[in-house]
Amino acid sequence: MSKMRYSRRAVLKGGAAAAAATALPAPMIWAQEIKDITLRQFGTGVSNLNEVGQKVKEDLGFTLEMTALDSDSVTQRAATQPDSFDIADIEYWICKKVWPTGNLQAMDVSKIKRYDQIVGIFKDGKLAPDSEIAQGTAPHTVGFVEGPESTSFANEQTNWMTLIPTIYNADTLGIRPDLIGRPIESWAELLNPEFKGKASILDISSIGIMDMAMVCEAMGEIQYADKGNMTKEEIDKTIAIFTEAKRNGQFRAFWKTFDESVNLMASGEVVIQSMWSPAITAVKSRGIDCVYQPLKEGYRSWGGGIGLSKSLTGMELDAAYEYINWYLDGWVGGFLMRQGYYSAVPETSKEYMSANEWGYWFEGKEASEDILSPFGDVLAKSGDTRDGGSFEERMGSVACWNAVMDENQYMVRKWNEFIAS
Amino acid sequence: MTRSFTAWLQAAPLAIVLVGFLVAPIIMIVIVSFWGATEWSIYPAFQFDNYAYLFSSEVTYRVFFATFKYAFITWAFTLSIGFTVAYFLAFHVRTQAMQIALFLLCTIPFWTSNIIRMISWIPFLGRNGIANQTLISWGIIDEPLEWLLYSDFSVILAFVHLYTLFMVVPIFNTMMRIDKSLIEAAYDNGASAMQTLWHVIVPLTKPGIMIGTIFVVTLVMGDFITVRFMSGSQKANVGRLISNDIGLLQYPSASATAVVLLCTVLIVIAVLLRFVNIRKEL
Repeated sequence: MSKMRYSRRAVLKGGAAAAAATALPAPMIWAQEIKDITLRQFGTGVSNLNEVGQKVKEDLGFTLEMTALDSDSVTQRAATQPDSFDIADIEYWICKKVWPTGNLQAMDVSKIKRYDQIVGIFKDGKLAPDSEIAQGTAPHTVGFVEGPESTSFANEQTNWMTLIPTIYNADTLGIRPDLIGRPIESWAELLNPEFKGKASILDISSIGIMDMAMVCEAMGEIQYADKGNMTKEEIDKTIAIFTEAKRNGQFRAFWKTFDESVNLMASGEVVIQSMWSPAITAVKSRGIDCVYQPLKEGYRSWGGGIGLSKSLTGMELDAAYEYINWYLDGWVGGFLMRQGYYSAVPETSKEYMSANEWGYWFEGKEASEDILSPFGDVLAKSGDTRDGGSFEERMGSVACWNAVMDENQYMVRKWNEFIAS
Repeated sequence: MTRSFTAWLQAAPLAIVLVGFLVAPIIMIVIVSFWGATEWSIYPAFQFDNYAYLFSSEVTYRVFFATFKYAFITWAFTLSIGFTVAYFLAFHVRTQAMQIALFLLCTIPFWTSNIIRMISWIPFLGRNGIANQTLISWGIIDEPLEWLLYSDFSVILAFVHLYTLFMVVPIFNTMMRIDKSLIEAAYDNGASAMQTLWHVIVPLTKPGIMIGTIFVVTLVMGDFITVRFMSGSQKANVGRLISNDIGLLQYPSASATAVVLLCTVLIVIAVLLRFVNIRKEL
């Protein structure tokens, strides 16, 4: 819009609004201007759902534009193009990479209404007071900074938060119990010769290496100081074990996209593989038996949150805080939890779920009737229980978090060699 | 306006297009191949790190070998199938209408995309796929054949399926232009069918064979998606090495690999052109 278009009327209107703003409480002006606000959010596909954008328009009045990208592109964009977004929906390990660039601004905790209700994992790292903190990039280690301008992370909770947690889950191996026919209890089973030519692992280096580490540790081959921050020797040993397994024909295929993992499992090409929770659901919805197997070594967990761009100021910044508070109010939480994820403030999500859904997804209880996804697909039949049980059981046995290592570039080269070998 | 100026003017559009869309990008790739990279950015530099890493890694040689292997085997199959089909169309089908009809029939698979034609093999060849189920029900095998899918076999099968037409078209084209009286002359002089084929038809179709060969070899050597899908990411060629690097934002290293691949392919084509002078024959 050209500046020449400011007419006398517009100036008068603006003046009237300014007069109203001084005379009347703020919500008046808020209601007037809010329709013009557009916030641009980008992130990985998991929580960038159009339904959320629509609901924001309904409840808050402003427009939320969403762009879904893969995690490499998300990292690149957050690190190099701070003006191309207002809200970044990223994973905590991406935050560790991106925060030092100074492209995100810290959030004032006193403006977050439900801060006290946020799950402990994101504040002090502990689900319960006696929980042990898992390895890797645990969200609370990159969740706070000392002050609004700080580019390094704080060791404890401060008034300045980097990301507001939105969505998280615990990942494990998916199996086909009908084709395996015996209980699976350890990550080590992925390299069991019994499943030669019937195993798979995901070809996304940052996550794949963690799954490898879980396997190597479970086999007793390697003891890691921190699986989320391996030394070069640890990376070499880990990749060597898997390269040997690959040459011996252990793997049927590697997968890179969600759909590939579903097809490999559903067609029976693979009976055990690294997998994501909604992929299990997708296999099950085809009437095929598939289990997200809890393992004795624990889960590999991941979490995402929303961060604010450095360039966000004034009215847009207020709108962004409004959005964050709305996010924690429960509607989004309920929407995500009914797909098998967890929300940062589970209590508020409860109001947006039926007792049956809450019991199944959160408390690990038997479903009293069919469990439907927000899109209407049947995810579980009456009488089923969730694999891994309740929230406390699943999130309480996290062994490590998705992470970015100091030796990341070395790891990436080694990973590339593993795929090509 | 002089004649030479007019000639330059006439050549200009093509020259500009080629410089802008072919020469400039290649120069850019060569430049970037000497740059450095961090996890999320690339920075200008003049270093040989990317090449040093490439040539010092044993994986590189293995992958280049695999790329040549795919190219050679695919070439052998596409040539024998393509030559046979073209021969049949050119010399056994009598009417021109029928020739055109059959030729168009060959192109029908090309009405869908490359990727769909490739992926449709996956359910067919899978462990519980149609091929295995049929063989088991016929009693030929007891256990499903594992090597049908996610193996070199499936990769080469897809390549041959995708690229045979690139062999058929140029060979058919040159065969159609062979003077029929030459073949009659060969028969009249007592040559057998095999002798005619080998001493008359094959030499005269060489340019077509060579054009088809260049098509197939460059397509296979530059491919990455077929190898990725048909091998279930288990096998690698140079294209996959490059695409992995790009996925991990390692553009300089990807460029270095691309430059080496480009040189390799150019050498292969130069060698091929030593055998047949395409320009003279056309």
